[in-house]
Amino acid sequence: MSWVADHLGDILWYAGQHTLLAGIPLIVGLLLALPLGWAARRYTKLHGVLIAGSGLLYTIPSLALFILMPLILGTRILDTLNVYVAMTLYTLALLVRTVADGLGAVPESTRQAATAMGFTGVRRLLRVDLPLAIPVIAAGLRVAAVSNVSIVSVASLVGFPQLGYYLTDGYQRTFPTEIAVGIVGCVLLALLFDTVIRAGAWVVTPWQRVAR
Amino acid sequence: MLNQIGTWLTDPTHWTGPNGIPQRILEHLIYSGISLLISALIAIPLGIMVGHSGRAKWTVSLANSLRAVPSLGLLFAVALWLGPKIASSLAYVIPSVIVLILLAVPPILSGTYAGIQGVDPAARDAAKGMGMRGGEVLRKVEIPCALPLMLSGFRSATLQVIATATIAASISLGGLGRYLIDGLSVSDYAEMASGAILVALLALLLDGLIALVQRFAVSPGLSGKFRNTPGNRPVVSTTARGDAATETASPTDRADEQREALV
Repeated sequence: MSWVADHLGDILWYAGQHTLLAGIPLIVGLLLALPLGWAARRYTKLHGVLIAGSGLLYTIPSLALFILMPLILGTRILDTLNVYVAMTLYTLALLVRTVADGLGAVPESTRQAATAMGFTGVRRLLRVDLPLAIPVIAAGLRVAAVSNVSIVSVASLVGFPQLGYYLTDGYQRTFPTEIAVGIVGCVLLALLFDTVIRAGAWVVTPWQRVAR
Repeated sequence: MLNQIGTWLTDPTHWTGPNGIPQRILEHLIYSGISLLISALIAIPLGIMVGHSGRAKWTVSLANSLRAVPSLGLLFAVALWLGPKIASSLAYVIPSVIVLILLAVPPILSGTYAGIQGVDPAARDAAKGMGMRGGEVLRKVEIPCALPLMLSGFRSATLQVIATATIAASISLGGLGRYLIDGLSVSDYAEMASGAILVALLALLLDGLIALVQRFAVSPGLSGKFRNTPGNRPVVSTTARGDAATETASPTDRADEQREALV
């Protein structure tokens, strides 16, 4: 425990890096998944391509994707952009389908009622369909967040600093305390992400609380 | 950069010997195969039991909560703890296989559990009404109905195992991960990128294979191929699904959804 107290500053810094590497792709991935998921729902021909394509992305092992990123982006091997883009791709892989499912779960009667009330096109999408899809999207986002936090730690094998550093360093120095710090840190961070997303979804869907 | 990778991949010396590509692929497949087999032997009976009886559901939640633990951390922790206790050359293999099993059990378990639990009670009753006994109902109705979800659980377990077996090269396990880790340690980009391409191809290939199995092994009564014939509607209950989906989604679509939720 004294080791933890002595290194608290470092631990927090690594946790901060971890939050950025897992969190920013989560936000960017969500923003990209919204139009893609909508397109998959709207254009039947695109549906198969988008869903299967994003599924394939998730198939690629994380370490392999981190290493292949420089080849695709033309970056250097230790450029943090590699991790950001790779994590965004993983987020996208999970969320395109979720968004499409969420939008598809909006009852047809609700849609018709909205149309009858004068909602059209984009306005109906943003004011009616999307808000109603939030619970489903939030559930997918939670899965993606936990998965991201775990995958980012793998990037420490390539040399990107985040909580995974304590895992690799602890193993190399045969120092279990460090590994424990890395594991507990990752689990706590995953819990934090989960709580924030749940709280966020709770705040923006007041009707869910009233209707029950 | 592409040229260097091409040269590395076509270099005949990289295709023979103990560090050759065929040997590394074989190792990767053996470690993954053993781990998946043991995981299936643990998770499928357990999932059937829990799904069938509705008891001991905590095993499923426990297995699922294990997913928040980073696989790299699990790998290093088990290797550090068990490694010194095993004297033989298996000192690296056993910890890796244990971790691979720990990671493969949760998706198979929750897939099996969800599949068995989601079988339409009417289908179960009909089977009993036709004179089937407990074991027969399980073998002829419940397991076939649960198969799409069981297979999709197995599919995401396979992906997880292939990916983690790659990382396990950092605790000296063989397999394709060797190229990635060894290439990293000597900054040989051609080697690590070649390894990364090979491992990605292997993962895609296996995923495609299981997708094919899913397509052929699932009963036509479930996959919706007989959708238009009266009396042959899919028998998996639509009320059992946990997440929202369109009502027209076939059970195989739903299996894919489950797969997404599992990873």
